Amino acid sequence: MPGFEQWTQNGAGRVPKISTTLTMRDHLGACKARWGIDRMNYMVPPGLYAIGAPAPEDPVLVTANYKMSFDEVRRNLAGRNVWLLVLETFGINVWCAAGKGTFGTDELVRRIRLSGLARAVNHRHLILPILGAPGVAAHEVAKQTGFTVRYAAIRAADLPAYLDHGMKTTEAMRELTFTLYERLVLVPVELVTAARQSAVIMAVLGALFAFAGGWQAGLVAMAAYLGAMLAGVAAAPVLLPWLPGRSFAVKGTVIGILWGGAVTLLAHPSPLVTAALFVGLPAVSAFYALNFTGCTTFTSRSGVKKEMRIALPVMGAAVAVSLAMLAVSRLL
Amino acid sequence: MKGFAYLKNVATLELNREKCVGCGRCLEVCPHQVFSLAARTAAIEKKDACMECGACAKNCPVGAIAVDAGVGCASGMINEWLREHNIRGRSGEC
Repeated sequence: MPGFEQWTQNGAGRVPKISTTLTMRDHLGACKARWGIDRMNYMVPPGLYAIGAPAPEDPVLVTANYKMSFDEVRRNLAGRNVWLLVLETFGINVWCAAGKGTFGTDELVRRIRLSGLARAVNHRHLILPILGAPGVAAHEVAKQTGFTVRYAAIRAADLPAYLDHGMKTTEAMRELTFTLYERLVLVPVELVTAARQSAVIMAVLGALFAFAGGWQAGLVAMAAYLGAMLAGVAAAPVLLPWLPGRSFAVKGTVIGILWGGAVTLLAHPSPLVTAALFVGLPAVSAFYALNFTGCTTFTSRSGVKKEMRIALPVMGAAVAVSLAMLAVSRLL
Repeated sequence: MKGFAYLKNVATLELNREKCVGCGRCLEVCPHQVFSLAARTAAIEKKDACMECGACAKNCPVGAIAVDAGVGCASGMINEWLREHNIRGRSGEC
């Protein structure tokens, strides 16, 4: 398991002591997980861990058994004596696991009991990440275990400041951000997810166009689709704050139109094909941009529902019209 | 959230101020500073900033908050719809 140093003995029995320095292997693992490679092989066994040499009065922090959550938390606790209680979230991060309920009241209560936490510490306080709150009912945990919950911060990077300043959560620690870097790291796994279905669509498109207009037409069609997909999956998230509108479908449409323009400039298609490009490609980009709502932390379920009710039929119609125009352009 | 805003007038968040005991938990768990607290009663300050994560409702000890929380991604919802209509969709993770 990642970061294991040695076994320690205390009131709860044998507790593994873990390192706060990430190795080359940890960084590589994070990198691979970003690309969706082996991400489930990096699960951390749930239970109680020791960082430094924690005494019974030292604080208890709670996290998920997703490798990157675990690594980020222990890295930020370097030089401290604290307990770390890792919940079984099946390799999913705190935020997504809280939404699913696996980072939740029941698992927390169960893990407190199974780990013997009450024998390891002499206080009854737990420190949880704020983004775990959608899954955990603090008052229920207190009722069932006697442990009170403090929601510390959103980011593990704020833990040192939180612990150093008498467990005070500042406004900044409570406020979500979605920086360029935070958006960028989400793109690879989205690309991997979109790759399979895109490969199928591109193969079909390429074959159709190659059959109708020669292999060059096939390649252009595949490239046009690939670009529209990338515009939605990669460019839209990166450019998110600068794309107009509040709706992700609108943002995706805008970037899809830009891509349609680029294809037109590069391939000089006939007027009818140009029209088809401007109708069809934005629909593809809009679909993938809308899909990115699942990765953000400011889009609401009701909002996405509303967008989908309006946007999905429009996208479907746009693709149908676009294909019809392309078919007609072959007959002319 | 600074620099980002989603659709207006869609959030389903509701607060029953009669039930509220003013513990302030909702302010503690909300990552978008939707709530305010004055005279020992919470109020919804920025409803449009709500992302419907459900943390406030889950952590309200008196059940004064209601919100339709759940999977918020498009592919997850498509799968949900397919399941509702008994069409077998790919079991997608989001």
